[in-house]
Amino acid sequence: MSDKQKDNASMNWDHVASNGLLSRRHLLGLGLASTASLAANPLLAADTAAISTPSWSKVPGRDLSGYGNPSAFTQEVQRLTGSPNPLLPGGGASRSPLHLLQGSITPNGLHFERHHAGIPNVDPAQHRLLIHGLVRQALSFSYEDLLAYPQESRIYFLECSGNSGANTAAQPSDGTAASLHGLLSGAQWTGVRLSTLLEEAGVKEEASWIAATGVDGASMGRSVPLNKALDDVFIALYQNGEPIRPEQGYPMRLFVPGWEGNVSIKWLGQIKLTSGPANFRDETSRYTDFLADGKALQFTYPMGVKSVITSPSGQMTLRRHGVHEVTGLAWSGSGAISRVEISADGGSTWAEALLEGENQALALSRFRLPWLWEGGPAVLQSRATDSAGNVQPTRAVVLAQYDAANRYHFNGIQSWSVSEQGVVANAFA
Amino acid sequence: MPLRKCAKIIKGSMALLILSALTGVFAADDIVQLGQPVSEADLRDWDLIIMPDGSGLPEGAGSAVQGSAVYEQQCASCHGASGKGMPGVPALVGENNSAGEPVVRAVGNYWPSATTLFDYVRRAMPPTAPKSLSTEQVYQVVAYVLFLNDIIGEEHELTHNNLSTVDMPNRNGFVDRSQMQ
Ligand code: HEC
Repeated sequence: MSDKQKDNASMNWDHVASNGLLSRRHLLGLGLASTASLAANPLLAADTAAISTPSWSKVPGRDLSGYGNPSAFTQEVQRLTGSPNPLLPGGGASRSPLHLLQGSITPNGLHFERHHAGIPNVDPAQHRLLIHGLVRQALSFSYEDLLAYPQESRIYFLECSGNSGANTAAQPSDGTAASLHGLLSGAQWTGVRLSTLLEEAGVKEEASWIAATGVDGASMGRSVPLNKALDDVFIALYQNGEPIRPEQGYPMRLFVPGWEGNVSIKWLGQIKLTSGPANFRDETSRYTDFLADGKALQFTYPMGVKSVITSPSGQMTLRRHGVHEVTGLAWSGSGAISRVEISADGGSTWAEALLEGENQALALSRFRLPWLWEGGPAVLQSRATDSAGNVQPTRAVVLAQYDAANRYHFNGIQSWSVSEQGVVANAFA
Repeated sequence: MPLRKCAKIIKGSMALLILSALTGVFAADDIVQLGQPVSEADLRDWDLIIMPDGSGLPEGAGSAVQGSAVYEQQCASCHGASGKGMPGVPALVGENNSAGEPVVRAVGNYWPSATTLFDYVRRAMPPTAPKSLSTEQVYQVVAYVLFLNDIIGEEHELTHNNLSTVDMPNRNGFVDRSQMQ
């Protein structure tokens, strides 16, 4: 046993679940608790060589810029882009690097992407949003028009319903938090309530749905029930304070809070009031859930309660025995996250994590819990509960609801195994 | 700013002034009304949405006999001559096992409405030149894909009047969860 391990063992840790999970109160005390052992560490002496006046203290730095970029030292913080499909130009997805990010807001350049015909170069001056169908007066809105309406800012997650689908496979793939769960992002979106525009057009009695389409090559269409459309759906014009990115639908996208990402139509050009769903390809052939009895679920809209530990997570290696912070994200399409529990023993014992920040409905919540790792094998899991009382199910429970071929709407608990060497890997526990 | 818009804003804000003077309530929705009226007739060619009952379909007709040439020239290179697809391209023809269970879910054994095929092909296919097919070509190639799936005969002429009545075997295969949220 090394000196450090002895220190860890003799510390007055408040254990809250088996295999090293510690009380949240240590999140605040961590720095203090470890000072003693650090001071005694002879390795620390080597670091004094680095205590010198660095070259960048002796020259003026770089100039101002019109639009800033991340540090050259963080170039590995990138979206995970798949290989392009030459038979579907511009189609595919890129994933947010969840394991390299902190907090609960995804920077705009790292928000996940999913396109079916690439990113169109929409000129806002020529773009129009048409609201028509079962309305008293069909209306056309320019981008400039919409900017003049009262706007609202709200923080929401957006998740593709194909996210985490890899964990429906028979064997666990050697993935990262990004490759497995990165079709998920969170942002503050600002825009105009759809209800405001619908009121202006005058919705007719017979209308019960809207059908929305985009102006990209695929002109993706999705149907949304009118009650949701009038509730909290809005036309997003800004993302984290700046005009929404082309990848997110510039100049405007539909935003349908809490629902599968695909319905938040990007490059929005049309909202047609209808008396039923249009049965678009992407709500029949795709985004429907195969059941074991041969039927399929259509219009599974709200995303299920879910969480994932982003650190430690797949393909990371723990290089030090001692206390590590277990942290990750939790979210639900049916409300706010009310609690997240962590297990270090594959789900036998659980401890409640600290939820950071405001913890808003339909937004990402960051959770944290300290964990003492002393070199033994572990299986880390997180389990979220939302304000509607939904508890994130195990992988086995989710799989039992569907046909084996189903890949959508997987919200099972993620297991990360930790080996004695500290190697963290995707596991089915 | 066009006069009409000015007038509307002024009208709106006067109403608001009166309203807020009376009630102290801020009626945000009434302040700005900038939508330009358009007529539904002007949108007819632009609106590509086809509803399951066939509404929205443009006038036209086509059969699989006519569609085989369109399919060969515009679709087969990706979806295969018999519609089986290839890596990166979905199959267009469904396949069931001997017990009648789907092995490949596609148009014939999965899609609930034939109108979806018209809607999707017209707006999104072929991926290199979406919206380039003529109305006749879309009717023809839709007929051909339905023919490949054994849903209609080779001579069957699809029209704007009968496309929605094509009998799709899996039309009752979906559980609608839209109001169960
Ligand atoms: C360059 C290759 C290519 C060509 C040519 C092409 N397609 Fe496709 N097609 C695709 C790809 C790739 C997809 C999947 C698109 C997606 O998922 O966004 C697709 C999807 C489809 C679908 C939906 C399938 C499903 O399971 O949901 C239909 C129907 C379809 N194509 C019909 C056609 C027809 C009809 C033509 C000819 C007019 C055609 N395609 C030409 C590549 C092609």
